[in-house]
Amino acid sequence: MSLQTGTGFWDPLLWVVAFAIALLISYLIWARGESTYHKDTEAVKPYLSGNAEPEKGEVHIRAGNMYWGFTEALKGYYSRVVPLHSGILNDYVLWFIATAALVLVIVGVIG
Amino acid sequence: MIQDIILQNSPALLLAVPMLGAFATPLFGRISGTVRNAWVLLVMAATLAISLVLGFEVLTNGTMVYTFGAAAPSLSIPADSGGIPIRIIFTVDAMSVFMAISASIVAFAVTLYSLVSQKMSTGKDGYYALLILMLVGILGMVCTGDIFNFFVFLEINSLAGAALVAYRVDKGLAVEGGLKYAVISTLGGLMVLFSVALLYGQYDTLNIAMIAERMQFTFLDQVALVMLIVALAMKAGAVPMHFWTPDAYSMAPSAVTALLIVASQASLYGVFRVAFTLYGVALNWVTIGWIVIILGVLSMFVGVTMAIPQKDVKRLMAYHAVSQTGYMLLGVGVGLAVLGDPEMMKLFGLTAMEGGIFHIINHAMYKGLLFLTAGAIFYQTGTRNLNKLGGLGHSMKWTMLFFIIGALAIAGIPPFNGFASKLMIYESVFLFNPLLSIIAMVVSVLTLASFVKVFHSIFMGPKLPEYEEVKEVPGPMLAGMGILALLVVLFGIFPQQIVDILIAPAAGALIDQSGYIESVLGGI
Repeated sequence: MSLQTGTGFWDPLLWVVAFAIALLISYLIWARGESTYHKDTEAVKPYLSGNAEPEKGEVHIRAGNMYWGFTEALKGYYSRVVPLHSGILNDYVLWFIATAALVLVIVGVIG
Repeated sequence: MIQDIILQNSPALLLAVPMLGAFATPLFGRISGTVRNAWVLLVMAATLAISLVLGFEVLTNGTMVYTFGAAAPSLSIPADSGGIPIRIIFTVDAMSVFMAISASIVAFAVTLYSLVSQKMSTGKDGYYALLILMLVGILGMVCTGDIFNFFVFLEINSLAGAALVAYRVDKGLAVEGGLKYAVISTLGGLMVLFSVALLYGQYDTLNIAMIAERMQFTFLDQVALVMLIVALAMKAGAVPMHFWTPDAYSMAPSAVTALLIVASQASLYGVFRVAFTLYGVALNWVTIGWIVIILGVLSMFVGVTMAIPQKDVKRLMAYHAVSQTGYMLLGVGVGLAVLGDPEMMKLFGLTAMEGGIFHIINHAMYKGLLFLTAGAIFYQTGTRNLNKLGGLGHSMKWTMLFFIIGALAIAGIPPFNGFASKLMIYESVFLFNPLLSIIAMVVSVLTLASFVKVFHSIFMGPKLPEYEEVKEVPGPMLAGMGILALLVVLFGIFPQQIVDILIAPAAGALIDQSGYIESVLGGI
């Protein structure tokens, strides 16, 4: 059943069994949790130090606000790569032809 | 008796059934939409069944040669032809059936999905006819043993694909995406045609096996090789020729995008077939292998880093498709780079190739699934903008589950199928060059990060007021996604079985150039 990777192996069924055991343990811990919590009661309402709950749309963190740090850290990379994706067909063709020419030179020179 | 006829003619039927299906679809559409839908589904199911029958036959009895117009399909070389196989010949080996089965499964799933997703659209006769024709193009490309015939099917594939990208003619961007795809595909097609002419001019034949046998690797052969590999790599979406992919993939209907993935993979198959079978050990395998590897690494890295800042879910997924294609190029490229070194090939080359080939079918399943989930979101909300979505996990639980399966698979998280193929690539490529393996792993981490963002943006958070009325998508759409999700899970839990049955024979067929030549020219 194990997947042979050349230098090792991978047994997915063993992993599934281990994952199922971990889930069972998680469930048992969860089942022993707070027993006074019930759905459809005050317990489900967010506690915001007495402030009014914001609109649902304002609570959700949108995609544009995620990974800002990542793109900011790689600003130097993105400032060069993103403009290459110009959306202009002429550029697409140019890249295609240029790549073909480069590969032809490499193959022509090296063999 | 009938079984024998079907079995003997299965390579021809694999093309004839969908081709007939495509051209008859508008006629059935004249009767009613329900009859047409039933016909299309029947055609796709029949094509899948034939591909499975053909697959079983080839994997059991070896490469199948089918000569069109001959007294018997196995008579590849007429007695009076001077030893040249002049007819169109399909040479269906384990690699061909692997691709055909993969394409047929995805095509069946997307057709099932389309029955509902395209319900409100007009022009469905044309839509389904083109969808089936695109499958014809894909199947023809992977089965033919004739280089000119390969070009013809490439064109069928490209034209049907471009028309389907522009299917929503009311949307200007869709038409623009379709036009870009058409122009760049035509340019690629011209390069392929020019290469075919160069090879034909030198070797007086269009048969791949015959050209391979006569290959001298002259300067003209080098020119033909470069144009074939670059044009087909461009069609596969390899960086830096990938720019058309986000435009085309994002604007096509999601069911079409899922099949476009397979269409691109047919071009990837073309790259591998040209390198391993048409040229084989005649080429400088180290140079070409490294060119393929570099294209792969660029695709992996640029694809994933461009995906992360995307706001349109389908453009994001399109960049990930580019990135995943890089894994396939990397794995098979490493195999190509050690093609002439039996020791290295045995040590890690074959495993790297198996990983790359395994990733083809895995990618077809999970990326097809992800595009279908994106289509389900668009179907219910009318937007693909991640900044506008949120909280859909409350109302679209099945879609969310299918998305999670697809996302974890593409990120290489166990026990899903993406992990199995990536693990094979990581370990084998590490022995070739550790840096390449590390880059592949980093790209997987970034892929996971990107899909965590998508998951959070679409499904997490409170139920938003604008999506208060949103419900789960209808059954046929869920069934289409369910088929692919089930395969993603099964391929992940039983990877060695898939490798033994499908992948190892496919990799073996690819490196066995003499076997391919013998199967065609041995029948004199």
